[in-house]
Amino acid sequence: MNTSTAKAHIDLSHPRRKNRVANPGWFLVSPSVALLLLWMIVPLGMTVYFSMIRYNLLDPGINEFVGLDNFTFFLTDSGFLPGATNTLLLVGSVLLISVVFGVLISALLEASEFLGRGIVRVMLISPFFIMPTVGALIWKNLIFHPVSGILAYIWKLFGAQPVDWLAHYPLLSIIIIVSWQWLPFAILILMTAMQSLDQEQKEAARLDGAGPVAIFWHLTLPHLARPIAVVVMIETIFLLSVFAEIFTTTNGGPGYASTNLAYLIYNQALVQFDVGMASAGGLIAVVIANIAAIILVRMIGKNLTDKA
Amino acid sequence: MTLQQSRRLQSLLLGTLAWAIAIIIFFPIFWMVLTSFKTEIDAFATPPQLFFTPTLENYLHINERSDYFSFAWNSVVISFSATALCLLIAVPAAYSMAFYETQRTNGTLLWMLSTKMLPPVGVLMPIYLLAKSFGLLDTRIALIVIYTLINLPIVVWMVYTYFKDIPKDILEAARLDGATLAQEMLRVLLPIAKGGLASTVLLSLILCWNEAFWSLNLTSSKAAPLTALIASYSSPEGLFWAKLSAVSTLACAPILIFGWISQKQLVRGLSFGAVK
Repeated sequence: MNTSTAKAHIDLSHPRRKNRVANPGWFLVSPSVALLLLWMIVPLGMTVYFSMIRYNLLDPGINEFVGLDNFTFFLTDSGFLPGATNTLLLVGSVLLISVVFGVLISALLEASEFLGRGIVRVMLISPFFIMPTVGALIWKNLIFHPVSGILAYIWKLFGAQPVDWLAHYPLLSIIIIVSWQWLPFAILILMTAMQSLDQEQKEAARLDGAGPVAIFWHLTLPHLARPIAVVVMIETIFLLSVFAEIFTTTNGGPGYASTNLAYLIYNQALVQFDVGMASAGGLIAVVIANIAAIILVRMIGKNLTDKA
Repeated sequence: MTLQQSRRLQSLLLGTLAWAIAIIIFFPIFWMVLTSFKTEIDAFATPPQLFFTPTLENYLHINERSDYFSFAWNSVVISFSATALCLLIAVPAAYSMAFYETQRTNGTLLWMLSTKMLPPVGVLMPIYLLAKSFGLLDTRIALIVIYTLINLPIVVWMVYTYFKDIPKDILEAARLDGATLAQEMLRVLLPIAKGGLASTVLLSLILCWNEAFWSLNLTSSKAAPLTALIASYSSPEGLFWAKLSAVSTLACAPILIFGWISQKQLVRGLSFGAVK
């Protein structure tokens, strides 16, 4: 339907467009484009410049050119390897958890009519709307706390020694907190996508003798390919820069056990005030994000504009 | 067992499973709200108390530890200003891309999306130093400008997909009747797209309200929004779990309700129009 109206539009609007003073298109888009261009180029340009000079806010005045030294320092810093590994682990596991459980939970909700389905739906998506700082602190104090947390209580109920989650399993704890925030996002998107699945097609498959598993595998899952791609893309953007959850719970520790690249760079920048090195790290983060972006846009970018 | 009975049993089992999962996922929020009605002693008690004498103390003395209302006011001012500014810039762009499509439109849309791929840490230092040299550190203006820019791509996309659904004939008709561009947008387009614009506003408000990278790094006290106030409870100076819970409940309640009301429409914006 979209394509047909688009064609009709081209046919109709051509003669009329000349009546207008000018095509308003360029003039109306330009503020957005100009602002976004400025937002990208100015700070990025400054980051490139800072990354090649010696620049520490605690030691001002000496801003000599040092070439690629900052990059060497950042890449050989004892925090870089754990930071990069943790970033990868965090993004990978949260993506996996939210896609797998997101598909299963939304399939469960679609599978049958039951009492209070609307309430269940609302409960399932709620964590997505909770502020990251709130979510992190609730988990830290009320759930993970080794003395009064809920998990400590459950552990004791079964006669086990309570675990100090954030001290002993810092990265796992962060993964749980972040998954708790982003699994609901996947459920929200996938549930809506499933509702748009053609029910007649499903009914026809059922009449042909297909079981629920076969229907799920051959009908529902292919229908979800695009929404899943969307979930992966959006979550990747946000998960590469997880910050507040680490800032409010573990501060990246113990050691570098729960430091990701975003937190590492923040630490260089606003704790140690090493502008040069933080900028070099920032550029490395940009490069990593862009590699992910290129892959993801290749995967689904065309899909997005095709349908929109 | 008849077929109908087995169907009913199956639906009962699946329903129970769904309820169990929902209760686990929702539990932290439920527990936060519950804790906000406890005394500090009850909040820290072992084993955790499910039944207790509720108190409103934490809400009545919400300003005791820090000036809650000034933080909340900052959140309100920043979120609403950034959303208004963003819409003002995005609507014309979306209008022209939806109704005057050129060969560059698709490319422009994707490019806008790609600016979201720029991780904030990549530009943390320049933005911090720029804000510092313009005297904008710890001011609302800095956050308003930044939130406008980081949400602009999403808002353009969302409005664009709503405009795309409007039949062009309606605009053509208005134009034939001699409507100017401004009249066409204000009198014809906006009333039709009201619903879509409302959910765009909600999404932008939610994103601004919950943003916690720039607010933590660029504000300290004067312009700090609620995200920063709550982060301040992470310091180990003392255990204020009940107060933390009360502040958190108040800070999250409006957004949670917005989210519940508009879940369906938010999907569209959050998925850049790919899921409707």
